Amino acid sequence: MTAQALDGAALAAWRYRRLLWRRAGLVGGLAVLLALAVLGDLASGASGMGLGQLLHGVFDPNALSATERVIIWNVRLPYALMAVLVGAALALAGAEMQAILDNPLASPFTLGVSSAAALGASLAIAYPLSVAWLAPSAQVTVMAFVFACLSVLLLQAMSRLRGAGVESLVLFGIALVFSCNALVSLLQLLATEDVLQQLVFWTLGSLARANWQKLGILAAVLALVLPFSLRAAPAMTLLRMGEDRARSFGVDTRRLRVASLLRISLLSATAVAFVGTIGFIGLVGPHIARLLVGEDQRFLLPASALVGALLLSLSSIASKLILPGVIVPVGIVTALVGVPVFVVLVFRRGRRL
Amino acid sequence: MSLRIEGLSVTYGARRIIQHLSLPPLPTGSLVALVGPNGAGKSTLLRALAGLERMQGAVHLGDEDVTRLSFAERARRLAYMPQQLPPGLALGVLESIVAALRVGAADDLLATAFDALRQLGIEHLAEQGLDSLSGGQRQLVALAQLLARNPQVLLLDEPTSALDLHYQLRVMDAVRERVVRHRLLAVAVLHDINLAASHADCLVMLEKGRVVACGTPAEVLEPQLLAQVYGVEARVEQCSRGRLQVLVDRALR
Repeated sequence: MTAQALDGAALAAWRYRRLLWRRAGLVGGLAVLLALAVLGDLASGASGMGLGQLLHGVFDPNALSATERVIIWNVRLPYALMAVLVGAALALAGAEMQAILDNPLASPFTLGVSSAAALGASLAIAYPLSVAWLAPSAQVTVMAFVFACLSVLLLQAMSRLRGAGVESLVLFGIALVFSCNALVSLLQLLATEDVLQQLVFWTLGSLARANWQKLGILAAVLALVLPFSLRAAPAMTLLRMGEDRARSFGVDTRRLRVASLLRISLLSATAVAFVGTIGFIGLVGPHIARLLVGEDQRFLLPASALVGALLLSLSSIASKLILPGVIVPVGIVTALVGVPVFVVLVFRRGRRL
Repeated sequence: MSLRIEGLSVTYGARRIIQHLSLPPLPTGSLVALVGPNGAGKSTLLRALAGLERMQGAVHLGDEDVTRLSFAERARRLAYMPQQLPPGLALGVLESIVAALRVGAADDLLATAFDALRQLGIEHLAEQGLDSLSGGQRQLVALAQLLARNPQVLLLDEPTSALDLHYQLRVMDAVRERVVRHRLLAVAVLHDINLAASHADCLVMLEKGRVVACGTPAEVLEPQLLAQVYGVEARVEQCSRGRLQVLVDRALR
């Protein structure tokens, strides 16, 4: 080995490490931006309570009036944290979906997982089972989860069919969205006025139902899933280079897929079960993250989660500012912002598909 | 050491793609080219060897029964290269090779990855994005992914398809050089019969899942056989440098 070649290797190694540090820095930067967005989210709201007053209240609750305490602990904090957790869960699910289905347009929303979860939840709302061991509110979550899993399995089966390309998978997802939405509409038509109101909540994703128990469950799900996601990340990076290549390099792609689908179902179903269908975060988040940190899933997965959380926090701020005195359901905001981004993605990809 | 294939069959449903195929031992240090018309089962045979298709029969590498090895163990000995790296990946060249090593391979990922690039003479591409490379450069990167994993057998599925003349030779020269220097066995599906003749030690000609000829290029490339298998009228001549050339005159039938 010549000295010159050694220098080349050392230089390449140094540059590669610098690249890794830059990516880690970008992920850190996203975390900082997210923290700022959360502060912004906390500081905005109809009551006009500012950030200083709010932080003071968090650390010294006794200094506040009862109303202010309720605003802080039951409204501002749960909303803001829910935006973070739901955004992270949806975007992480989207990033994993895009990797294992090898499809840039995959996300819980575009491929019908959210719609299926909403259908499951609607069924549980409209026709709750009278069983003692499962409260009606838990039934909603469980049914949303079961339906989300079923839809992911269906998608998986479709994507494995011979000759089913990227386009047919997306078309199947769209078909799933429409059928689930039609069935939800049918349930709405048949529902009593009281039930109808709850059902409509599902079609308008909103953070308004956030509470500390839901936050705890969603945080636990994320904390459970993220380490497994990160452990699977190197194998997923290989999978992105082609199924056969990954398998011939010793990746058990079937096991990888099954485990990933389980994580996707868990993440999207819990998120959807608590806040309804919030679109485009799961699609756009991973794409923005990919532009920032590239395809290496060790960075892409956490970056996606952070971008998703950031996007939903910003959407949450926007949802309070668009109409003074009214909190627009955040699902409407993400759809309005997401559609143009989605269109841009489709056109950029169109040249390649 | 050698790779021994005995009674290998692959079936898709009721259709037998490969029918009880046996070959003489393929020794390490040689490059074996699988040739034959479309649908002869060349790629299927390669994929079966890589463990990507369900098969019956016996495959031994040295004393080891390859079919009994776990996924990861098998991958350590035999490495398979599909036709193309998928487009649109936001990965760097060096990064893609490190990624290929990260699942169950070497200790010093970076040095190994860079070494693989240098052996193929493409270390200057280390920091480029995969998407900015030409088809030929991408194929060399894919080959570097394989070589970095230091397997005993390279299984290459049409490594030169869609490459220009320069890179067809670069890729095959690189394979040839590694095979000789590191005593590897390379089994490659090749469409270009002249490229096969110039680079392979042994040609295996398949038709409808069976071996119709196996031997050195001079033994296998016979006008009569080419007429029978490919349906072409062809001459096999030595060029002024002594290499065999297949000259195709017309399609029969």
